[in-house]
Amino acid sequence: MNETINPWLIIAGILGGALTIAPGLIWLERRLLALWQDRYGPNRAGPFGVLVVLADTIKLFFKEDWIPPFADKLVFVIAPAIVAITVLMSFVIIPIAPGFIVADFNIGILFFLAMSSMGAYSIILGGWASNNKYALLGSMRGAAQLISYEVFMGLSLMGVVLLTGSFRVEDIVNAQKDMWFVVPQFVGFVTFLIAGIAETHRLPFDIPEAESELIAGFHSEYSGMKFGLFFVGEYLGIMLISSLVTCLFFGGWLGPDFLPPVVWFLIKMFAFIFLFILLRASLPRPRYDQLMEFGWKILLPITLLNLMITAGIILYRSGAELNIIF
Amino acid sequence: MKDLDPPELLQVKFGEDAIARQTTPDGIATVWVRAAKIKEVFQYLKSEIAKPFLFLYDITAIDERPRKRENGYPSDQFTVVYHLYSFGRNNFLRIKVALKEDNFSVASISNLWMNANWYEREVFDMFGIRFEGHPNLRRILMPMTWQGHPLRKEHPARATELGPFRLYEEMEDTEQSALQFKPEEWGLQTQSEDSDFMFLNIGPQHPGTHGVLRIILQLDGEDIVDAVPDIGFHHRGAEKMAERQSWHTYIPYTDRVDYLGGVNNNLAYLLAVEKLAGIQVPPRAQVIRVMLCEFFRIASHLVWYGTFAQDVGQLSPVFYMFTDREKIFDVVEAICGGRMHPNWFRIGGVAQDLPNGWENLVKYFIDYFPSKLREYDKMVMQNAIFKARTKGIGIFTQQEAIEWGATGANLRATGLAWDVRKQMPYSGYDNFHFEVPIGHHGDCFDRAAVRVEEMRQSLHIIEQCFRNMPAGPYKADHPQATPPVKKHTMKDIETLITHFLNVSWGPVISPGEVMSITEATKGANSYYAISDGNTSPYRMRIRTPSFAHMQMISYISRGYTVADLLSILGAMDYVLADIDR
Repeated sequence: MNETINPWLIIAGILGGALTIAPGLIWLERRLLALWQDRYGPNRAGPFGVLVVLADTIKLFFKEDWIPPFADKLVFVIAPAIVAITVLMSFVIIPIAPGFIVADFNIGILFFLAMSSMGAYSIILGGWASNNKYALLGSMRGAAQLISYEVFMGLSLMGVVLLTGSFRVEDIVNAQKDMWFVVPQFVGFVTFLIAGIAETHRLPFDIPEAESELIAGFHSEYSGMKFGLFFVGEYLGIMLISSLVTCLFFGGWLGPDFLPPVVWFLIKMFAFIFLFILLRASLPRPRYDQLMEFGWKILLPITLLNLMITAGIILYRSGAELNIIF
Repeated sequence: MKDLDPPELLQVKFGEDAIARQTTPDGIATVWVRAAKIKEVFQYLKSEIAKPFLFLYDITAIDERPRKRENGYPSDQFTVVYHLYSFGRNNFLRIKVALKEDNFSVASISNLWMNANWYEREVFDMFGIRFEGHPNLRRILMPMTWQGHPLRKEHPARATELGPFRLYEEMEDTEQSALQFKPEEWGLQTQSEDSDFMFLNIGPQHPGTHGVLRIILQLDGEDIVDAVPDIGFHHRGAEKMAERQSWHTYIPYTDRVDYLGGVNNNLAYLLAVEKLAGIQVPPRAQVIRVMLCEFFRIASHLVWYGTFAQDVGQLSPVFYMFTDREKIFDVVEAICGGRMHPNWFRIGGVAQDLPNGWENLVKYFIDYFPSKLREYDKMVMQNAIFKARTKGIGIFTQQEAIEWGATGANLRATGLAWDVRKQMPYSGYDNFHFEVPIGHHGDCFDRAAVRVEEMRQSLHIIEQCFRNMPAGPYKADHPQATPPVKKHTMKDIETLITHFLNVSWGPVISPGEVMSITEATKGANSYYAISDGNTSPYRMRIRTPSFAHMQMISYISRGYTVADLLSILGAMDYVLADIDR
């Protein structure tokens, strides 16, 4: 759209936007859950209770920044930073509008996958450094879950990459001018969404936290702003997955001209954020081994099949002669 | 040859001099057995007679020392009382053992019945009676550091009798170190051949335990090798309190035993007192009682339903179900004035007649609730993840359920249609039509399904109450009914005096002992009331279903994972106040 936008402005815009929306989501989630659960939710501070976010932030800042004496101090401090940093870094590859992107990598999707794998460290290290049995159980579960769901998270995106022939997210969006990829890649979309929920460990995939079993799981020992980073990191993760789904399967900023591209992007992103919250309101939590089974025995074969069929169709369409010699 | 009743069978087998009979107003066959013979007697009753007594219902004790005893009463120190139940005979048998002054001990029967273990520990804790051969005879409800045995008559009942309490630092240290879990004390290994076990302390403050319950898990990875429940954090001495209260003023304390069961507790207590006093409750009062009991059954099941869904991770149902529970409380509030603890039943009836317009409230709920239950079926019971979390989890068979003393929905989920309301109808339950839902697999899902169906049946009973509410008095015209009827009080001096005494001191209940059996919200609930002809109970034993169910936890959670434990705990439907009393 406009090549002259100062990159610093883009960075400030995306960083500022992400860090404003993420805490806002806390309010949004609480209000929406309340709506669906026949309650009021936070409705006192400010109009519709939006200032509850501010109150929460102030509270978190003023809490004692306590590090348990039995914890591994250095790792304990680093862990929450990792989650925030990796998720924020992932945002660099997301085009909000044409040209409105921090770093236009030609390996955009690979970069995102790398960052999300790094994010797993925060759970593992946080749980381990806490030196608490509940945290340990949570982080063990988290590690297993993230590793298994990452496998087909990457694979589920490969269909889209094949159709586009590029890892650049902007190319992928532009390739959806005629048809959103959710149509040809419906299976890819579903599996990526499921993997995405698992990646952000939200209900029904919140087994690293599993509050009724493990109290707070891997972040049981965290308080103050360190807990706040985990908390915000989770909401940043929701935003990230929602914007990726938007870009990869729902045509990103593309939409009829009566609204600017950024607005189309935000509308689609928020639709998926709503879906995340709705899922939390309605589904129970499967057991850890059931989740693993579901991932390895059902989702992984489906993803692989999807990838093979997509590749086959592309090969067939391109008219390449199938000279397979047995 | 005519069928001999159990006491006669015992006399034939063990000789007339070993077995003595006692008659009690509740009609439960009561025999005294010599302490030396006790194991043989139980062995005989459990496995050698036709229609055996398979179910150890309760074990408790009585401190007989200051009691005004009838002539020839065989015990003057401590009496251990066992209640057995035979499914074939549909009858109870009470066995009493008198302990001699020099030796407060009796043989343990914990190898005969699994559930004897905790009951014997409780008797030891409360009375200091030793059970020879018990695998782990230690305190269960009181702190390990407690001095004395609370239900002994010389033990003070009030904090003010003890002098001011101060928690010195040394005391804090000893108290805390007493709570340290030492696996060796429980015979638990710290490692197996190929792995070290982790001991995970769940509770007393934990979001999944629904109250101050502590469970120590022996874990191999996430698999439960063994679990040790530690109860007593909610112990308030409800049984001891009874000994200080008048028969009338004890009613509100019963409300708080199973705090979700509300008037069901009142009823269990009052049935015992009314039988002791020989009071006939008029039909209208009976139907009012039944109606309120069923309302509370639904309310309690709704709390269980919602929290169970939450235990397996479903966040929303609990809010809908609490909203519906409010609708029940609207009715309860209009009738009783109170909500969770309505304290509404009185000796001989209920506190007041139904208010004007009660029909509309009840009708509204009868019309409103069925569609909600269908909605919850779709939301919870038919949810695939919910099924995956509950089907095939925490299975116990019918035999195991009986062995461990499970009652209520937990027993019925194993396929046995045993409901006290049907087996031994009380308060006119035999006049109502209702089904006893049963399960077949004895897993968490079946337990849930049985409770859900029970709500429908309870609603059905409420509907019958609503359609057939008899006219007439709401309280028995009996001198011992409370508060005493005031009709003639201002007209002649004799009734004025009686009224004055019954209000100020409370009624004097004639001596004797009675055990009531009711189907409370969570299973069979009993009050074993012993009167020595005074204005307050001499001894009040509360047998609660949750106590027996909690004891099963260690047995049924072995081999499952931590996540399954939450399903098992949730499906069990216990209330900590009901366990600890």
